[in-house]
Amino acid sequence: MLKAHQKTGLVFFPAFDWAIDPTHPEREERLLYTQDQVTEEGIFDIDGIIEYKPDIVTHHDIRRVHFCVPDEQTITTQSHLISAGGAKAIADAVLNKQVKNGFALVRPPGHHSMRVSHGGRGFCHINIEAIMVEYIRSQFGIKRIAIVDTDCHHGDGTNDIFWHDPDVLFISLHQDGRTMYPGTGFPGELGGPNAKGSNLNIPLPPGTSTEGYLYVIRNCVLPVLEEFKPDLIVNSAGQDNHYTDPLTNMNFSAQGYAELTTLLKPDIAVLEGGYSIEGALPYVNLGIILALAGLDYSGVVEPDFNAEQLKQSVSTTDKIKKTTDLVNSYWLQKDELRQKAGTPGDLQVRHREIFYDTDNIFERQKEKVRVCRDCGGCIEIDSNATPGCHMLAVHIPINACKDCIEAGYKFFDQADKTKFDRVFLQDRPNDSYTIK
Amino acid sequence: MIIGIDVGGTHTDAVLLSSNGIEKKIKVSTDSADLFHTILSSFTQLLDNIDPKKIQRVVISTTLTTNAIVQKNMDPVGMIVSAGPGIDPKEFRTGKHYYCVSGSINHRGIEKASVNKMEIEDIAKELKQAGIEYVGVVSKFCVRNPNHEILIKRILNKYVKKVFMGHHVSGNLNFPRRIVTTHLNAAVFSLHKSFFEAVQQSLSEMGLTIPIQILKADGGTMSLASSMVFPGQTVLSGPAASIMGAIPYAPKKKDAIVLDIGGTTTDISFLVDKTPLLEPMGIQRGRYKSLIRSLRTDSKGIGGDSTVRVKDKELMIGPDRQGPAMAFGGPEPTPTDALVVLGLMPEGHQENARKGIHRIALELGLTDLEAADQIFKKCCTVILKKTFEMIDKLNSQPVYTVHEFLEGYKISPRIILLLGGPAPYFAKKIEALYQIKAVAVPEYSVANAIGAALARTTCEVSVNADTEQGIVTAHEENFAEPISKTYSDDDLIETAYTLLKEKAVNSGADPDNLDEVEVVEFQKFNIVRNFSPRGKILRTKMQLKPGLIKGFEKVLH
Ligand SMILES: [Zn+2]
Ligand SMILES: [Zn+2]
Repeated sequence: MLKAHQKTGLVFFPAFDWAIDPTHPEREERLLYTQDQVTEEGIFDIDGIIEYKPDIVTHHDIRRVHFCVPDEQTITTQSHLISAGGAKAIADAVLNKQVKNGFALVRPPGHHSMRVSHGGRGFCHINIEAIMVEYIRSQFGIKRIAIVDTDCHHGDGTNDIFWHDPDVLFISLHQDGRTMYPGTGFPGELGGPNAKGSNLNIPLPPGTSTEGYLYVIRNCVLPVLEEFKPDLIVNSAGQDNHYTDPLTNMNFSAQGYAELTTLLKPDIAVLEGGYSIEGALPYVNLGIILALAGLDYSGVVEPDFNAEQLKQSVSTTDKIKKTTDLVNSYWLQKDELRQKAGTPGDLQVRHREIFYDTDNIFERQKEKVRVCRDCGGCIEIDSNATPGCHMLAVHIPINACKDCIEAGYKFFDQADKTKFDRVFLQDRPNDSYTIK
Repeated sequence: MIIGIDVGGTHTDAVLLSSNGIEKKIKVSTDSADLFHTILSSFTQLLDNIDPKKIQRVVISTTLTTNAIVQKNMDPVGMIVSAGPGIDPKEFRTGKHYYCVSGSINHRGIEKASVNKMEIEDIAKELKQAGIEYVGVVSKFCVRNPNHEILIKRILNKYVKKVFMGHHVSGNLNFPRRIVTTHLNAAVFSLHKSFFEAVQQSLSEMGLTIPIQILKADGGTMSLASSMVFPGQTVLSGPAASIMGAIPYAPKKKDAIVLDIGGTTTDISFLVDKTPLLEPMGIQRGRYKSLIRSLRTDSKGIGGDSTVRVKDKELMIGPDRQGPAMAFGGPEPTPTDALVVLGLMPEGHQENARKGIHRIALELGLTDLEAADQIFKKCCTVILKKTFEMIDKLNSQPVYTVHEFLEGYKISPRIILLLGGPAPYFAKKIEALYQIKAVAVPEYSVANAIGAALARTTCEVSVNADTEQGIVTAHEENFAEPISKTYSDDDLIETAYTLLKEKAVNSGADPDNLDEVEVVEFQKFNIVRNFSPRGKILRTKMQLKPGLIKGFEKVLH
């Protein structure tokens, strides 16, 4: 009789009745074969693997992270709320110490959703990991969290949400943005002035195999985590690096994913992308579950796996090593970079244009952040979407210092209601959300 | 007239019913070393002065296979399993003659690696040499494609007496459970067969020639012939008999708890709108997990004859039984003795009961009455605690669609139905302790035998259609047919209904009485490759619900 070496919680929510549209990669069938494989393996019968029912997140949960425009109701469906609720249920199980670690196998995904959300981007409407992380911080008082995003696409939404947050280390490994949606995530993107270096982006060349991927984990991700000493590690476990994925060009395998999980030891893994629903997902998910539970996964090999065919070229290996060295050097300089980033009390301005491919929306943003050595700094965002609304949003981070709280309220009080469709205030220390 | 017999661990209950009500009821001690004798003497007593020609139906529930598992005296059998990618199948070893072989089928039922005939031939020879007569064959995903199992069986046929195949066990996925279940069928087959052939022989000597029905764990019956294909289904039919016996007294459109207080254990189960809840996957007891369709029951090791003792100033009840209560000549104090001392139960030897309870009272520093009350109270609270835990678990079952999540039915019973000897006393006490309505069902001491007698045939079919591959299959029923691209939801339901009807009639159901059909599951998915639709996957499970046969309503009131 199999017994897990460490108790592992699972939420399995395949949302068999929800799709973006019938032939979209994000459709009903996506986790069907995974469910078949996991059920046939008898995973839920293994002693120490516990299946939890997903929770459903409330608008209050979403408002810790997002400014949904015009509101939460309009841009989400029940399915989004349950998917995020799946991650929340796993967080509860892990933090209440019912299990050692957990995996939310849920859909739809969320890592392309940014702090301001006017609708769907990269199949995502709300950011399920970020909602979970902010829930954990409010509910369990945990301060330092690391999120390692191993989806093949740059986790630009999560990156945006924690861009200014020095207490959340965000690391994304993804296929090079010059060859892949969303086209961002270069090593120089290190975070805002108050959080330089707590965002690390590691682009990998197309054709990266298991060897290259695990090289980055061993030589960059693990040493950085060792130094950051997070209280909790979250893995955005996208599975589209797989050699059979139809949307990407990587050569990762089920064995590789399982080993990655063993190395990373995430407290919580949350499923993100992965669209090779027959050839990859059943095996990759099985590998991840067994690895989390500390069980032997050596038999989890795709039927058509051929190591020789998936070997990466020497030039690919070289590129990966160079990128790793570069990212490591940024990490070493992070304190210096923050010192140089600006004078405390000053406001730094950033202009951005964001395209929502799923819902065909174009957004222009002007963001102001207060430079601060004591906290992540309060933020004011002026956002105008076409089609859509024009709004102003103020975010005061959870660990905000007194000055930044004051400055945040000043932004909000001074906002001219007549110029915007909506004015929002997200006061994280108070766990409150105000609409003017 | 009909006969129902429930052979339990401690007692055997039997009833003879006519449309006018109960004609005869008996209760005897079970001789677990000779169940055959127990059954025969029950029949002899029931049929005394009765013309056997008048008996239209006989249903038997026994602990035969359950005992074989518990006492580990099953036949040594061979198991051949092929797995492919995934967990190492060696983890699921069933015994000495267990072979993991090559061959692999994926989740869509597509062959990924072939069977090695030489390898099977060698194993077959080895098994024959070892004197193994029964073999189970299970391949991963055989419910999607049973060809490997069939091929292996063909090779084995020349060498062994009988081969059991995994895809006949259930339409559900779960490879480890399928191995356990197939192994069980192979291992209890000869025991089951010789036992019931002997019973049938003896009954026909008494002039009782109608076909015997056997009660299954899901509260339904099957013909003796069907039971030979899947003897494992008779495991845990006892708790099923009890819950079937409680159905008439359960409220309509509401939930009810059923407690059967036996000698050693109390069985706990639930009725929703007079229909018993089923296990989603199959019987599980502790480490033992199978694909045997079963009512959702669990048991707590507390019954009327459980041993009562004091350990570290703490009252302990069960889980063992050393014999009957002291009031009935047993060696150790029991909850039954507590009932006698409390003056609730008029039967039994007062003085002996008091002796036992007095011992407990001294150790706890209480009066005899206080001690007896504490024992009684503790029995109730332990049983109820387990019951509430089961309800919590039922209500936190995972769901896989947005619709199910939003519709999520939560059971909240407002009534407890009690069966078993001490049922009326427990009902009163539980009602007082928990302010929840608790009633002992009429004929509570033989209600389980009535449940067995009146249980109707049940069965389930699982049907899958894949319009990309152009095939509809129900491998459990040896059914596969080509279909066109336009095969619809309605077509699938029709196919399933035809198969279910056929299966039900073959299992002994009344063909004119098949109205309790229920679609348990229906799923539909588009198969998309490279962003264009290529076909559909349609899946359904349809069942003949557990319930009671018609025409005997008078028995029940
Ligand atoms: Zn992705
Ligand atoms: Zn500050």
